[in-house]
Amino acid sequence: MNWGAIAAIYRFEMSRFFRTLMQSFLSPVLSTSLYFVVFGTAIGSRIEQVEGISYGAFIVPGLIMLSVITQSISNASFGIYFPKFIGTIYELLSAPVTFLEIVLGYVGAAATKALFIGTVILCTAALFVDFPIAHPLAMVLFLVLTCLSFALMGFIIGIWAKNFEQLQLVPLLVVTPLVFLGGSFYSITMLPPVWQTITLFNPVVYLISGFRWSFFDAADVPVGLSLLAIAGFTCLCLGVIWWIFRTGWRIRS
Amino acid sequence: MSAMLSIRDLRKTYDGGFQALKGVTLEIREGEIIALLGPNGAGKTTLISTVCGITTPTSGKVTVGGHDILTDFRAARALIGLVPQEVSLEPFEKVIKTVRFSRGLFGHRRDEALIEKILRRLSLWDKRNAQIKELSGGMKRRVLIAKALAHEPRVLFLDEPTAGVDVELRKDMWGIVADLKADGVTIILTTHYIEEAEAIADRIGVINGGELLLVEDKDRLMTRLGKKRIEVHLSEPLDAIPPALAQPGLSLEGEGDVLMFEYDTQAERTGITKLLNDIAGAGLVLRDLSTRQSSLEEIFVDLVTEGRS
Repeated sequence: MNWGAIAAIYRFEMSRFFRTLMQSFLSPVLSTSLYFVVFGTAIGSRIEQVEGISYGAFIVPGLIMLSVITQSISNASFGIYFPKFIGTIYELLSAPVTFLEIVLGYVGAAATKALFIGTVILCTAALFVDFPIAHPLAMVLFLVLTCLSFALMGFIIGIWAKNFEQLQLVPLLVVTPLVFLGGSFYSITMLPPVWQTITLFNPVVYLISGFRWSFFDAADVPVGLSLLAIAGFTCLCLGVIWWIFRTGWRIRS
Repeated sequence: MSAMLSIRDLRKTYDGGFQALKGVTLEIREGEIIALLGPNGAGKTTLISTVCGITTPTSGKVTVGGHDILTDFRAARALIGLVPQEVSLEPFEKVIKTVRFSRGLFGHRRDEALIEKILRRLSLWDKRNAQIKELSGGMKRRVLIAKALAHEPRVLFLDEPTAGVDVELRKDMWGIVADLKADGVTIILTTHYIEEAEAIADRIGVINGGELLLVEDKDRLMTRLGKKRIEVHLSEPLDAIPPALAQPGLSLEGEGDVLMFEYDTQAERTGITKLLNDIAGAGLVLRDLSTRQSSLEEIFVDLVTEGRS
């Protein structure tokens, strides 16, 4: 294993993040504050409690997941798409590195950035509402696994995309709706029975439910199922990436 | 010397069916500088991209330092440095960081002394903390070279390194190539500039239409294919070549005051003696006499034209 190469890619990607640290830091703080003003105070004041939890606290896990998922995808997809776009990918392709090492470098960096932003949101949320963290270790595990699996997905999108429009397409048309409809701001038990069943086909439901369980010890779906879902999603992404690297799809001519 | 790079019957057909390489075979010795000449679309960049791992070969075998580029790619690529034709650099990154990155990518530990040496040699040290986007085109090319040298390669591919750069950088580059050669680095260079090949290469390969038309020692190639011309400047201009002088290869140039005779240096009888005797016999008075060897450019154009016809 070329650990030096993994570290080099990781550092290079992180330096891009540090160059724009203020934006990276301020943007989630601002958006989280806005969510709390709108959903927590304006609308949330009319919703007393959800499953015995104050609405402001209830949306914290969903808010973190929303940002972490979109950030993981956008960081990883941009990270690998940009070298393709400007042509510097030649360096990766001609270096003595395996694709596994390339993935570890890019996905590791994208997941780290998302993790950082997730932590910032968690801290910002703590300024607005009180919430417990019933299972801290499980919370960290869910957060890390979500960052990693969606960074893997972002990496696939970055390889697939032929232009910047395509780079935005999947996050905008698929991921954001799935996250919003995945119970970020409500419990799926609040939906009519038919929609509850339909919602169960949304993989994000399992992530948010599991993550929320780690805070409030209450979940829409069993925690084991949530872990299974995220593990399955990670395996699926790894499988696709393995295939991409075997065939050189959209990387090597 | 042993072969540092061995290419056997290398073929590449792209998905669209375009055959970019049609069975290229080439052996390059350690420490040698070989220049690949060829028009646009000849297959030069595909050849380099395939050896470096950017393009997957359709068939054939390539080894670098004895390591197969597919089955033992780590060891093979570890020996290779590549300066691509396109100036592809991360615009917002600092010069020194991008060079460090290249070294790291090859799994080498940080070596600030070496990076400084490379940057100084390429006149980039003063710009080490500048963002790439602030640099001129020539400076960016220097960064590409610095990146390629950062992991101390034993084989360096320079894909048209001096395309569109000023004379100063071109000469500077030739100096760098000479330094690398002195260190025993094997260099494969593609270029449009014949004088570049003429100035720095040990051997010349001419590639066209995906085929290697020839590979030969530069000096031998010049001698073997080179035609020489003798220019006889006359005191008095002529209206036409006197019948007594007429022979193949002789023409009247200038304002009728230059007799131009083209001859093959390898021929048993070059015809020079006969020409000079005939001139003396015709009573012509000479003002000056000069000879000129055809340049590599003329040889190259001849070869490519023959290949097409």
